[in-house]
Amino acid sequence: MKITPEEISHVANLARLHMSQEEVEAMAHQLDDILTYVAKLNELDTESVTPTTHAISITNAFREDEVQPSLPRDKALANGPQQNGETFVVPRVI
Amino acid sequence: MSLFTLTIHELREMLARRQVSAVELTSDVLQRIEKVEDRVKAYITLDPESALKQAETADKELKEGTGGALCGIPLSIKDVLCTDGMRTTCGSRILENFVPPYDATSIAKLKEAGAVLLGKVAMDEFAMGSTSENCAFGPPRNPWNTEYICGGSSGGSAASVAADACIASLGTDTGGSIRQPASHCGVVGLKPTYGRVSRYGLVAFASSLDQVGPLTKDVTDCALMMNVISGYDAKDSTSVGQEVPDYRSTLTEGLHGMKVGIPREYFIKGLDPEVEKAVQHGIAILSEAGAETVEVSLPHTDYCVAVYYIVAPAEASSNLARYDGVRYGFRDKSSDTLLDMYKNSRSLGFGDEVKRRIIIGTYALSSGYYDAYYKKASKVRTLITEDFKKAFESCDVLASPVTPTPAWKLAEKIDDPLSVYLSDILTISANLAGIPSISVPCGFSSGGLPIGLQIQSSHFQEAKLLQAGYNLEQRLNISHLRPKNL
Repeated sequence: MKITPEEISHVANLARLHMSQEEVEAMAHQLDDILTYVAKLNELDTESVTPTTHAISITNAFREDEVQPSLPRDKALANGPQQNGETFVVPRVI
Repeated sequence: MSLFTLTIHELREMLARRQVSAVELTSDVLQRIEKVEDRVKAYITLDPESALKQAETADKELKEGTGGALCGIPLSIKDVLCTDGMRTTCGSRILENFVPPYDATSIAKLKEAGAVLLGKVAMDEFAMGSTSENCAFGPPRNPWNTEYICGGSSGGSAASVAADACIASLGTDTGGSIRQPASHCGVVGLKPTYGRVSRYGLVAFASSLDQVGPLTKDVTDCALMMNVISGYDAKDSTSVGQEVPDYRSTLTEGLHGMKVGIPREYFIKGLDPEVEKAVQHGIAILSEAGAETVEVSLPHTDYCVAVYYIVAPAEASSNLARYDGVRYGFRDKSSDTLLDMYKNSRSLGFGDEVKRRIIIGTYALSSGYYDAYYKKASKVRTLITEDFKKAFESCDVLASPVTPTPAWKLAEKIDDPLSVYLSDILTISANLAGIPSISVPCGFSSGGLPIGLQIQSSHFQEAKLLQAGYNLEQRLNISHLRPKNL
């Protein structure tokens, strides 16, 4: 494995993280170490193994589609870094 | 006699007989916190005023005889569980000022049982870590030696229990985060079966692995806490409707007829000889109590860290996408565009370990790599689960070390993430398979640091873990020991 700084920059952009060139290079080394370690999984033949998606076997958890009380708007907005009492406010998009 | 040194079951009787009031007890614990906190640093948020008010309510209920199972008992809570009106930071700058508008179900259950919530305790940021050093507000210390790590990520929970800075605590465990700090701090810690305790209101790290569980001074207290927090919750679609037994009622049964499996792969190269000695002594005690020991094999143990460090970061990268500076949490207000606002808020708000795991997870899920990493890891996860199924055909529980070594010095491994990841090798498999697992103190290193014994069982067999743990604890008789010089 050799992870390039360009790949880290690409992934950081996907993850919406800003990273300095120094951070990108350090991260490339660390990710490389970790993925080299993880490559040991390829020692195992898993061709016919079903992947685990859930630790215990439960099927769809259905409930009645009933209206329940929800958070009042002022409580839902209370943690917003910028809000106008009705909506969250963000920098202009258009 | 100091009230703060006592257990839930001892204090419950004293409170019921009115030998002591909940306000007296809470005041006593608050004084204890004041005395030790500058050295232990367990609390991120402490609210003495609210605690005393809750204690007054508890006293009224105790007087009327309507008090619940934890009425008047002061608890600390890992800062990853939402508490209505009390700041919940997850050990992160990004949630430094977040005040949840509702209670996690586990918290609502504790309150309903009459517990007094003292405050919120330190943890690795978003529960990512094994030392609590990734806490944005400074690491808690090991009460047995404050130059040492207390373990993590539920480090503040374990440290506050060991330091008598609460009577018991609630933590969470994604790859060992209850059991490992419990082992390092000499307290009891139980990770329940996946689905046993509701995750509603638990700030998500890796949703298929996370579980809420107690850290306590002894096994009886652990059973009492489990009685309160277990059970189905319509708000968590992965919680399970299986009946909740009275975990305390079966503690005193002997171990005759119980088969204890010793997984040979857990006695690995690099296992500290003092840890091995203490654990073997613990296993011998289980035999004395009537259990039969059998050797078993979990052949895929060596792959669990690799599986975990794909599955957990992948789920985390998705879960942590919600921190975008819009609805809650930190926002960089100097950004002019939406994209810059997202990026700057996240980059300034998250610490290094969280960013590292987001990058690993995003990489593993990104186009072209999904099959090679996430799918491959999910398949090996199945093999690990099948190992346990096979092992439990020939035994009821598994006994092993919790961690390969006792606690290490603060900052010793801070630049070597992979070596810290590898220290989780004995606890991760239980999360991957969803099985319950407990850490019970079984001895000390020559340096005076605690060592825990791990007991694991098949799904929903927590009663067996507690029963084996109780027998061990009674015969070892070390649960009353406390750190000196604190």
